[in-house]
Amino acid sequence: MRTIRIGSGAGYSGDRIEPAIELAEKGDIQYLVFECLGERTVALAQQARMKNPEGGYDPLLEERMRAVLPLCAAKGIKIVTNMGAANPEAAARRTAEIAKSLGLSALKIAAIVGDDVLDACKDGDLPIMEFDGTIKQLGNRLLSANAYLGAEPMAEALTAGADIVITGRASDPALFLAPMIHAFGWAMDDWNLLGQGTVAGHLLECAGQITGGYFADPGYKDVPDLARLGFPIGEVGEDGSLVITKVAGSGGAVTARTCKEQLLYEVHDPRQYFQPDVVADFSQVTVEEIGPDRVRVSGGRGHQRTDTLKVSVGYVDSYIGEGQISYAGPGALARGRLALEIVRERLKLTGVETSELRFELVGVDSLHGAEVSTRANEPYEVRVRVAGRTENLREAVRIGNEVETLYTNGPAAGGGAWKSARDVVAVASVLLPRDLAKPQVRFVGA
Amino acid sequence: MKLREIAHSRTGDKGNISNISVIAYDTKHYPLLREQVTSERVKAHFAGVVEGDVVRYELPNLSALNFVMTQALGGGVTRSLALDAHGKSLSSALLDLDIEDNPSP
Repeated sequence: MRTIRIGSGAGYSGDRIEPAIELAEKGDIQYLVFECLGERTVALAQQARMKNPEGGYDPLLEERMRAVLPLCAAKGIKIVTNMGAANPEAAARRTAEIAKSLGLSALKIAAIVGDDVLDACKDGDLPIMEFDGTIKQLGNRLLSANAYLGAEPMAEALTAGADIVITGRASDPALFLAPMIHAFGWAMDDWNLLGQGTVAGHLLECAGQITGGYFADPGYKDVPDLARLGFPIGEVGEDGSLVITKVAGSGGAVTARTCKEQLLYEVHDPRQYFQPDVVADFSQVTVEEIGPDRVRVSGGRGHQRTDTLKVSVGYVDSYIGEGQISYAGPGALARGRLALEIVRERLKLTGVETSELRFELVGVDSLHGAEVSTRANEPYEVRVRVAGRTENLREAVRIGNEVETLYTNGPAAGGGAWKSARDVVAVASVLLPRDLAKPQVRFVGA
Repeated sequence: MKLREIAHSRTGDKGNISNISVIAYDTKHYPLLREQVTSERVKAHFAGVVEGDVVRYELPNLSALNFVMTQALGGGVTRSLALDAHGKSLSSALLDLDIEDNPSP
């Protein structure tokens, strides 16, 4: 039976780079996938593209490509990535320049375009899923609308001979599904195979999260050598059989436990994991340790895909102002609480307009609020944190200022004040009729 | 005992929805999880954090439960005022839940 090995070289845009080099060097892989596009990254990248028409792709594109291209070219490893962000064609052109400068002019590089569906969304004035409202009602706060594309255009690019495929918004598992469809010729209506392939993609897409990252809990779940965490490899057979493993000798661990945690990561109803290519069913999945750092994952299934694509809509939501200051030693908690009370009153006295405010003590109750947090012992130090949502930047700035002035106006011995004010680009979702997105493959010359 | 003694857990986020998996270390403890880690208890445990519903899904093949909590991330990951906007730390909080070793029949 034919089998391919797919390496996962990044789980988010800022991820470590050496594990990808290690995969290319020692992973015996045929495909290397970089998943680098967070929920709102496309919206931020769209803003960058508006400032610079050749910008708007992943800021680490150059560093990652330079790190792996020579090895991948030498070994014939194909690269699939969503580092195109808001400008896949510019990312492909830049990659071609990098390849040329490395003496790798023969590489064929494809960009996938067509995820930008802003116009179609505006024409349809589609309703927003997360809150009452429509696309049009966002007015000039609307920044971007990008459909989660499926695996088909990426698979098509691979079949047309691409060595590197660069897409913008696509479903993360689809980045992995594309090489499977290309290598094995899976039919786009073989729902069970596409479902099991989605299991593989879903397990691999967060890279280190299945090899022991986001997992260690000393004394309960110990993981060796997290500083040299190896990234995962999916060994996929043409019948959909799947083994998750990693490079021998790298840090971390692939176990039934790491696989179970990642299988359910960001999953709601396990029987219905909505993807552009399939509605995957994880409910019958089983995991089995078959060797050191080798876990067989079976039983993924699928149902017919829906008629719509999920679209991520980026918009300017609000502004957030924030200030922090620390207190330590005897009475730190009482001084921290006093500081919060002072800022609460100051924001009222000076009429700062906010729609939402948080007052908290880092080290005491900042993560889960006063109700959940236990306060058995008084901490040695506390950090006051006040954050508020405002309509504009001017108001946001005033929140941090009211924390900073605690230096000379607040409780004794406050130190290390810090403040910030920023605009918030948020994302919401709409469902777009599938046929309104028209993805295309475009090759650039190296 | 604490849930932490018999189960591990991971939090994921999508928009304003948080999901927390609770996975038995040993298959024999899965019935305990099913009996005692109910949607109602999880909702009560996260008073002040989760404003919406808590729905539980069962995965017997994995000896795991998956809790989906709506209105749980301060308005949504991309706009939350919270220090931990993703709610990544919620799984650890859930493992603090008390479990009876020998529940009365």
